[in-house]
Amino acid sequence: MTLHLSIMLWIPLALGVAGLLLPAKLAPKLALGGTLLVLGYAITYVVDFQSSAGALQYVTDETWIAELGISYALGLDGLNLFLVLLTAILWFACTLWSTFWTPEHAADNPRLYYFHLGLAQTSVLGALLAQDLALFVVFFDLMLVPFFFLTGIWGGARRVQATMKLVIYTLVGSLLMLTAAVATGVLAAEGTDKVSFAFSDLAERSLGSSTQNWLFLAFAAAFLVKMPAFPFHGWMPDGYKAMPLPVLALFSGVLSKVAAYGFLRISLPFFPDASEHFQTLMLLIALASILYGSVMAFTTTHVRLILGYSSIAQLGFIVLGIFALNAQGAQGAILQAFNHGLVVAPAFFVVALLSARAGGSEDIRDMGGIATRAPVLTTLFLVVTFATLAMPGSSNFVGEFLILLGVFETKMTIAIIASSGVVLAAAYALRLFIRSVHNRTGPRVEASEMSMRDGLVLVPLVLAIIAIALYPQFALQRSEPTVTSLSAPPPAAQAEAVVPPGFEIERAP
Amino acid sequence: MMFAASTIAGPEIDWAGLSPLIAVFAGALFVLMLGLLRSRAVREILVPSLSIVSLAVAGGLSVWQWGERTDLLAGALRLDELTLVLTLLFCVAGIATVVLSWRHVAPREAAHGEYHALLLTSIAGMIVLVAAQNLVSVFLGFELLSIPLYVLCATEMRRASSLESGLKYLVVGSVGSATLLYGLAFVYGATGATDFAAIAAVLGTGGGLASDPLLLTGVALTIVGLGFKASVAPFHQWTPDVYEGAPTPITAFMAVATKAAAFGVILRLFDVALIDVSLDWGPPLAALAALTIVVGNVGALGQSSLKRLLAYSSVAQAGYMLAGVVVASRLGLQATVFYLAVYLVMNLAAFAVIVARERDTPLGDDISSLNGLGATRPMLAWPMTIAMLALAGFPATAGFIGKFYLIDAAVDGSYAWLAVFIVVGSMISLAYYLKVIAAIWMRPAEEDASAELALPPPAAEPVLSGGSDEATGARAQGEVVGVAVLFGALTIVLGVVPSPLFNLVRDAGEALGLL
Repeated sequence: MTLHLSIMLWIPLALGVAGLLLPAKLAPKLALGGTLLVLGYAITYVVDFQSSAGALQYVTDETWIAELGISYALGLDGLNLFLVLLTAILWFACTLWSTFWTPEHAADNPRLYYFHLGLAQTSVLGALLAQDLALFVVFFDLMLVPFFFLTGIWGGARRVQATMKLVIYTLVGSLLMLTAAVATGVLAAEGTDKVSFAFSDLAERSLGSSTQNWLFLAFAAAFLVKMPAFPFHGWMPDGYKAMPLPVLALFSGVLSKVAAYGFLRISLPFFPDASEHFQTLMLLIALASILYGSVMAFTTTHVRLILGYSSIAQLGFIVLGIFALNAQGAQGAILQAFNHGLVVAPAFFVVALLSARAGGSEDIRDMGGIATRAPVLTTLFLVVTFATLAMPGSSNFVGEFLILLGVFETKMTIAIIASSGVVLAAAYALRLFIRSVHNRTGPRVEASEMSMRDGLVLVPLVLAIIAIALYPQFALQRSEPTVTSLSAPPPAAQAEAVVPPGFEIERAP
Repeated sequence: MMFAASTIAGPEIDWAGLSPLIAVFAGALFVLMLGLLRSRAVREILVPSLSIVSLAVAGGLSVWQWGERTDLLAGALRLDELTLVLTLLFCVAGIATVVLSWRHVAPREAAHGEYHALLLTSIAGMIVLVAAQNLVSVFLGFELLSIPLYVLCATEMRRASSLESGLKYLVVGSVGSATLLYGLAFVYGATGATDFAAIAAVLGTGGGLASDPLLLTGVALTIVGLGFKASVAPFHQWTPDVYEGAPTPITAFMAVATKAAAFGVILRLFDVALIDVSLDWGPPLAALAALTIVVGNVGALGQSSLKRLLAYSSVAQAGYMLAGVVVASRLGLQATVFYLAVYLVMNLAAFAVIVARERDTPLGDDISSLNGLGATRPMLAWPMTIAMLALAGFPATAGFIGKFYLIDAAVDGSYAWLAVFIVVGSMISLAYYLKVIAAIWMRPAEEDASAELALPPPAAEPVLSGGSDEATGARAQGEVVGVAVLFGALTIVLGVVPSPLFNLVRDAGEALGLL
């Protein structure tokens, strides 16, 4: 088995296209096989990864469009390794889930569904692996296309309006990013002979600080909308309510992380002055997201929205860690991105199971009272809940701890206020748990234990949560060298490191 | 030939260089004569086939002439890669139009010979126009392209809106031509030259446009005249009406080929003759581009007719392409030509689907005619979806690369604010492009419409279509589906492997010797 990244990248799309052309009953099997292959590749990468090296590994670097200076460059390092693993895990779980999930209305075309799932996985992996700014933009924008179709065709009520809103909202940010990306490549090339968008070339070039400022803001707009963060989340309630659940689990679990990853991969290294300049602003946005998301998650009764708003709060923590602009913060952010994805996907799966037991309602007022009749489901849900609220001992605890530690070092006040988010998380996570499985039995609730089939999806995810909780160093070790080289001062010795020195903050003591 | 006769010394004629033009003209004359024969097989099969052959030959000859850079006919025309690449585009557009017209009502009503001869003459006019490097040949090409189009718009003679379209185009187009002629005369008056190179030489020594009111007026009027043809706002008002009324294959032809011809002459005029005063015309042209982007995209928002929607979209796209002209650089020229090619591919896919749906449903070109297409006719649904995504500039389509190139050129030419306008325009455009995609995939097929389409054609159509019985039904339009699939696939292929197109465009950029 050769460890060429391109193979892993294109498997899902290739099998999706194959599924489109072959008989319909083969499509789910092909898709499942594809995600399993990708998962195999991802695990191999994680095991094979040289955790001592900060530089890129498994590099692919070909010219794509010479005239525009765009290269087809892929690579893995500490920043994206675990997000690739997360993508592989969640796609496998959600594809498996999709094979026995039935959409609400009859216009069903499984071939098309799995094609879009495959396209989505390829574009997410592409955005994570890309080592060229233009290539990143291509994949980042492409991610939206399959989700537009998946939501619009297989979604719930008001799906068309919701999907239009989602796409227009997020593409507004993405198109600004496109301009900014082109401008970054062109303006950074001033004084050199050739425009290039490759990260390795951009790292050696620099931009004036006023240029950096508007470029930073354009990128930030794209990332914050995609996450979503507090004032940019307008599409979220409608989008979350309309998306089919397996797709929503992917969207919430993976796509928001790609946006957070964009900050680490692009904004900080290439716009270091602007990152520092806007540090307070970004921290305040993060803080607002944490508080707003937590309060909304505590007050709303729609289960999907509870998870949606809790995601806003969790993403707030991740942004907080990124803009601590030091090694602990960044490491905490990467770990927390992985954790949140791993937690939110099973949560949505549990929501689907609970909703099926509550006569199809997704309101927590209609749920409750199934804990004794479905002890296994309840136990698994409890693990997920504990992970969500960052119980000490969970990996989420480690992540949030690192993030807060990082922020304490730079902005004490913000860190203190943000700490309240940890308490709020406990409040909304426990509320969700208690009201949906304990309490008085809901009016139309028919309690039953989950089936083996459901366990096939849920148990591995919960096992993954437990595994990372027992041994978070597994992830931290692998991301540390890259993160340290990110936050180191820019001596000539670092010049060959592909990820450039970005932070102008002193090295963590 | 005409030029040769009017020159006293009788210049040497480069027959090889003129060969693509000759092929098209010869084809036009031949099909016109052939169309007079009574045999139905000759009129309905041989005439279109020969039109395709003559266009294919012209395209082949263009490829053969690739690399030649010479003046033709005593400097009236210029043979270089810009001419040739645009000639290739015209031939592709022409062939696609002939195929889309194959079983269409329009050529039957107008007589096949005339219809195809007019189409070929118009293409010949386009070739003259983009090759022109003399004010006189500019006007000659401009009229040669326009007059046949006025007639072609009105070829569905029994449909009032088609006649209206032709008449409207005639009136507005004539105003445009008159304005252009007036402007060209002023430019001649100010510089004393009709030759592009000579004009450039005069301008190279002068103090810019502002110092000479005569020249300023001339250039302004020229911009207006060409703006009419290229659908640049605020001279675009005719576009939606004419596009909507004209027979759909002709609309497709106008959208892609006329646009390419107009931008071809704009590029040569501004980047050769007026290049030394680019600082004077750049900012006003940039303002026009920004206005065009906004007007086109906002105008398209409320449209329910696909042809009107694409008309406004073509206005918006003209604005994007104008950004490539504004920067007056080789990069800008290449980006514009690249986008013209991409634009052709995307639009032909979309129009082919409209042609097919007009025959399938009684809904005409209304967006609802696409409802549920994803489930019922995937071979039409995919090309349309891809075309819309590409027009909106989604990645992995040719439209993305084209837009990327234009933004690249704009930023490189210090017009970053215009790049932002392109992006803002794209954002607005999402609302209407996605509406089309949503209709295809996310709305159920209208039961009554699909029930009707099985029944009514024999009752409703014969009056219009002259008793033909093969015009409707899914099976009777394989060639239209073929066009849609071909150009839809090409949109993806060029979005992933754009290098061949880049090579063509690079040669065109080098030919004009810009920086």
